[in-house]
Amino acid sequence: MSNTDPKLPYAITLDPGTSLANHTGSWRTFMPVYRDALPPCNNACPAGENIQGWLYHAEEGNYQAAWNVLVQDNPMPAIMGRVCYHPCESACNRKDLDEAVAVHAVERFLGDEALKQGWMPEATHADTGKRVLVVGAGPSGLSAAYHLRRLGHAVTIREAGPMAGGMMRFGIPKYRLPRDILDGEIARIVNFGVTLELNQKVEDIPAAFESEGFDAVFIAVGAHLAKRIDIPAHAAGRILDAASVLHDMETSPEPLQLGRRVIVYGGGNTAMDVARTAKRLGAEEAMIVYRRSRTEMPAHDFEATEAEQEGVLIHWLRTIKHIDETTFTVEKMEIDANGRPQATGEFETLEADTLIMALGQDVDTSFLQSVPGVKIARDGVVDVDEHMMTGYTGLFAGGDMVPSERTVTVAVGHGKKAAHHIDAWLKGQTYVKPAKHPLAAFDKLNTWYYDDAPQLVQPQLDIIRRQTSFDEVIGDLDESTALFEARRCLSCGNCFECDNCYGVCPDNAVKKLGPGKRFEFLYDFCKGCGLCAAECPCGAIDMIPEAS
Amino acid sequence: MHHQIEGSEAVARAVALCRPEVVCAYPITPQTHIVEGVGALVKKGQLTDCEFINVESEFAALSVAIGASAAGARTYTATASQGLLFMAEAVYNAAGLGLPIVMTIGNRAIGAPINIWNDHSDSMSMRDAGWIQLYAETNQEAVDLHIQAFRLAEELSCPVMVCMDGFILTHAYERIDLPSQQEVDAFLPRFEPVQVLDPAHPYSIGAMVGPEAFTEVRYLAHDKQVQALQLIPEIGQVFSEVFGRASGGLIHEYKSDGAETIVVALGSVNGTIKEVIDVMRGDGLAIGSVSICSFRPFPLDELRDALKSAKRVVVIEKNLAPGLGGVLASNVRMALRGATATVYTVIAGLGGRPILMNSLHDVFIAASEDKLTDVQFLDLNQAVVDLELERARTTRHSGPTAESILRQNAKVGE
Amino acid sequence: MTEHPSQSVKFYQTGTHTVGNRLLDETKRTVQASVDRSNAITSGHRACQGCGEALGARYALDSAMRATDGQLVAVNATGCLEVFTTPYPETSWQLPWLHSLFGNAPAVATGVAAAFRVKGRKDVRVIAQGGDGSTTDIGFGCLSGMFERNDDVLYICYDNEAYMNTGVQRSSATPPFARTATTQAIGEAPGNVFGTGKNLPLIAMAHNIPYVATASVADLHDLEYKVTKAMGMRGARYIHILVPCPLGWGSASDATIQVARLAIESGLFPLFEAEHGEVTQVSKIRRRVMAEDYLKVQKRFAHLFRKEGKDVDKIAVVQRMADHNIKRFGLMDEETAQ
Ligand SMILES: Cc1cc2nc3c(=O)[nH]c(=O)nc-3n(C[C@H](O)[C@H](O)[C@H](O)COP(=O)(O)OP(=O)(O)OC[C@H]3O[C@@H](n4cnc5c(N)ncnc54)[C@H](O)[C@@H]3O)c2cc1C
Ligand SMILES: Cc1ncc(C[n+]2csc(CCOP(=O)(O)OP(=O)(O)O)c2C)c(N)n1
Ligand code: SF4
Ligand code: SF4
Ligand SMILES: [Mg+2]
Repeated sequence: MSNTDPKLPYAITLDPGTSLANHTGSWRTFMPVYRDALPPCNNACPAGENIQGWLYHAEEGNYQAAWNVLVQDNPMPAIMGRVCYHPCESACNRKDLDEAVAVHAVERFLGDEALKQGWMPEATHADTGKRVLVVGAGPSGLSAAYHLRRLGHAVTIREAGPMAGGMMRFGIPKYRLPRDILDGEIARIVNFGVTLELNQKVEDIPAAFESEGFDAVFIAVGAHLAKRIDIPAHAAGRILDAASVLHDMETSPEPLQLGRRVIVYGGGNTAMDVARTAKRLGAEEAMIVYRRSRTEMPAHDFEATEAEQEGVLIHWLRTIKHIDETTFTVEKMEIDANGRPQATGEFETLEADTLIMALGQDVDTSFLQSVPGVKIARDGVVDVDEHMMTGYTGLFAGGDMVPSERTVTVAVGHGKKAAHHIDAWLKGQTYVKPAKHPLAAFDKLNTWYYDDAPQLVQPQLDIIRRQTSFDEVIGDLDESTALFEARRCLSCGNCFECDNCYGVCPDNAVKKLGPGKRFEFLYDFCKGCGLCAAECPCGAIDMIPEAS
Repeated sequence: MHHQIEGSEAVARAVALCRPEVVCAYPITPQTHIVEGVGALVKKGQLTDCEFINVESEFAALSVAIGASAAGARTYTATASQGLLFMAEAVYNAAGLGLPIVMTIGNRAIGAPINIWNDHSDSMSMRDAGWIQLYAETNQEAVDLHIQAFRLAEELSCPVMVCMDGFILTHAYERIDLPSQQEVDAFLPRFEPVQVLDPAHPYSIGAMVGPEAFTEVRYLAHDKQVQALQLIPEIGQVFSEVFGRASGGLIHEYKSDGAETIVVALGSVNGTIKEVIDVMRGDGLAIGSVSICSFRPFPLDELRDALKSAKRVVVIEKNLAPGLGGVLASNVRMALRGATATVYTVIAGLGGRPILMNSLHDVFIAASEDKLTDVQFLDLNQAVVDLELERARTTRHSGPTAESILRQNAKVGE
Repeated sequence: MTEHPSQSVKFYQTGTHTVGNRLLDETKRTVQASVDRSNAITSGHRACQGCGEALGARYALDSAMRATDGQLVAVNATGCLEVFTTPYPETSWQLPWLHSLFGNAPAVATGVAAAFRVKGRKDVRVIAQGGDGSTTDIGFGCLSGMFERNDDVLYICYDNEAYMNTGVQRSSATPPFARTATTQAIGEAPGNVFGTGKNLPLIAMAHNIPYVATASVADLHDLEYKVTKAMGMRGARYIHILVPCPLGWGSASDATIQVARLAIESGLFPLFEAEHGEVTQVSKIRRRVMAEDYLKVQKRFAHLFRKEGKDVDKIAVVQRMADHNIKRFGLMDEETAQ
């Protein structure tokens, strides 16, 4: 009926809102559906962090909630926020708009906040009664231990060295990773219920199973054997290796004496760190000799830049041909069409009293040679299957010692992955990773809705102190800047409740469910115009053909 | 109280007594004095709680009235001639929306040729717009009909036009009995609209209606007019009780009882007609007249009854339906369907031409002898018409007729 | 409440551009973001998919409802908005609403406002609304009259640049070269051959009325700000909202807002406010696009982009219109304008 009041003029006067009886949903040929797509940052994170997920809470200023989400995947945000090379940021869609979100800076802020406030991760599983041995307290071992503990297993870490941390302590210098931070996060893992045994080099793996009764073993012993090459030398001066230098930095009670003029040979992160360390130790000249050019170097560009800022001189495209006391004869190189360095036959000389080799490390696999089934791959690394298990049943491995990129983040990721596989294996199951959502690509975003907000720059230590002390170079974001940075997240592929769909629907066919509950389509009325999908800033709505 | 005043002024005061809340004004002769009069009363503070709005066209005037009425205000406007046609679309609309607007028509011819004088072409053009149309015979009746019109309109939710002959009534000074405010207040209740724009009851008014309901909507519009056939005499009755004089109703009969020749007309010409009838009655002729007050709704039954003794009916018609004859006559024939009386159409008084007693007398005599043709033009200057027809036949580029007739008039007059 | 969004805090994640956002302060969110919005036009209406007019009208009326605390009456001219909302037996309106004719909405609104004034209901406010046809053409006289009398009415024109309801015929708001059913894309001069569209906002300003503004479905914050501001004033006010029509413009149903945005960002539809005949505020172009970018997404201009080659001369004419607007209204900052 047009109106229910019989006094009203028939047909031309109508009761309000009566069109609700007309279900325009029948017009639809395409229907909108909310989807959750995989943000590129999450996709790129080797530790499998749900970056967008924790940024979501950080955006609201709810840092503890953010941290709780973060530590579901990574138990060391304060460390990670400092040393991770953040592939997430290289993948971040925002870089195509202005600059990537400084994920690492927010992560670091959260990590520091947790240490300050003493936040503890929540235990998620009841005790299983299973015992797992973790060999090596580097990031991979620590991560595995933490995750296994979360899953309810009793975990013991055995570490050969006097302190936990692996290369985070014996590689990465203090000025990039202050030790109180490192110590704080390791202590939290230990306090979480993990047994850490130091100065316990594990030599006999089968014994751990058989005589000690561990149900599973995860090894992550890293790669600590410095690679060497032979350089023809007439009474060579002092020749050191980078790994030892950095190691000694940590353990030596006396400050190291490296000499007035130091040449570091290599172009990786280690080379950069050791050259910068030399500078800080008072070398008047800290030089890097590297056989290729800046474009080919394995170190990250920012590391070379920071080294140069601090006064490290990098000699690109040079190989050391000959050493005569303090005189180094170097040959100029050229990059050929294949990107390989080729000798040119032109020579120069450099003067130095110390040479530090930074040519990479190999894995010490000696204690594994005798373990049945364990295969050592060509590069001297240990082979694992897709469940991170070696050829020896119940023995798993990860981190620098297995074939992969050698970073803290990958190591942490391996630790988590291995923990899941070990957990499943202990239960007689196989761990299947939840299927990935489709990737939230930049072209699905409607970037109009985001304001221009370039990345915030973290403060840097002044140059004099950088050259003379081991104080941390890169500073913290404070609360407000961390909040700003978190809010730069575009929330690619996942609804962040901007209300756009609710607002732009000409048919009011979107229902708002309230904070945190997102929205719902009213398919009785949705005509399928697609405006909601087109105007969703983050591409969280798909238009799919209507089932006929 | 009695006043010797102009018809327009009297109507203005009568309207003011009805306490209109919104009055829209746009000038056109011969209606202008009415709205000027209302405006002056508002300005003087004699009519309070009234918005007097000067608009930019008649279309706007009635549109403003539509809005005001839909929002529950008692609303009034007036127009004539071209103005009525200019608002035509809104005229239909006001009726379709069932808005009880009261509008005075100072009846006037429609151009071209432009002519400011009286006839009924304007209101006749809107006869089927769904408005009630009342025609005043005298200024006193004009006053009384306006007061009744508001009550009628509001009771039915239907707009009412009160038609009064331009100049003949609007500009005539006569002695008028204007009722007091208390009397009018007692007669005219507060406006209680059946529908109103109101945030507390947010109806949609003016929906689009398709074939599935349009016939019913139109039927109801017709039914409203049928109800008015009851209501008009009732209200007239109440009016005479309150004000002590008969006014309004559907028709007024004059010496028609037993008459063989009955004259039918609308508006002020009935005065002249009655005088002629008096003369002819004196001469022993069985003649009478019926003045139609309510043209819409058309009182078919009442008229049929009033005309039952007639052998012939002469319709004095102040408008022309070219190609047919007279609108009123056609309507009268409808009332007389099945009866034997002959209906003659006499087109008279177009564009303000005086309707003379002599002319009427002659035409009534001819009628009583059944010597009239079906359609008759009173006092037509046949010579001029013939000349013009001849000229048009012979010259292709014959030019404008009106100017040519004026020239010939001059010649013929020589 | 009526602080202009461009002057309020920049909220970087979502800008001030999204409809709402959980992170924004309640007062900085739009009316549309609220679950309490009045939905002046509710679901079930029969507008085409992606209709800009349906959207623009809800945007405008919902914010007017908020601004008047629900004490609002709307008068509607004939046109799509009227037809798609009130086919018997259903209406989509949830506020008192009156439709009279195609050309008289401003006058009807005057009457409604007069009635409420005389009844002492000063709190009840009146909006009249219509399409560009009813506004710039057939109802123009009534509109001008309403302006001149400075009646207490906010008139909103939903400009979709043609008579859409009758099947896309040219109106005096139809832009040059646009194909309509009466300016066919055939012959020597395909599309609309004359006019640059009657500029009603400027004409309204010439009446010296208290408030004139242009708005767009592509900028909700700005639209709501303007409607809210207008409802805070008395007298005749005019807001001209650009509402793309997928059917008439030949644009995709999901592109309605995007097309409206391109109109702004190209300079073809400047967003500004004027009080008593003087421009008081202009929205700057944020990411400039060329007129061509706007034209090419609409089939009504397809004849400018034929396979044989683009009609560069005509595109240049439109670009000049855009450039002229940019200069005239100062739509870009000096540096960015270079
Ligand atoms: C100088 C330098 C700088 C670096 N900078 C960065 C950086 O900035 N960012 C980044 O992501 N990565 C960096 N890396 C790489 C990163 O440190 C490693 O990839 C990462 O630490 C590997 O972790 P892991 O757990 O596999 O091994 P490790 O960190 O090497 O830890 C292995 C641990 O196992 C112990 N262990 C060895 N054998 C035994 C045994 N038989 N029994 C018990 N314990 C044993 C070791 O003592 C050690 O503590 C850097 C590396 C170096 C050398
Ligand atoms: C007097 C009159 N002339 C013509 C029409 C037919 N008519 C109805 S809607 C319309 C077009 C409306 O165009 P516009 O005002 O631009 O609104 P739109 O439908 O485009 O939103 C026309 C021509 C009419 N209803 N009344
Ligand atoms: S905007 Fe509304 S009608 Fe259009 S597809 Fe989305 S929900 Fe459906
Ligand atoms: S024709 Fe255009 S204005 Fe009309 S309902 Fe369709 S999209 Fe909306
Ligand atoms: Mg239009």
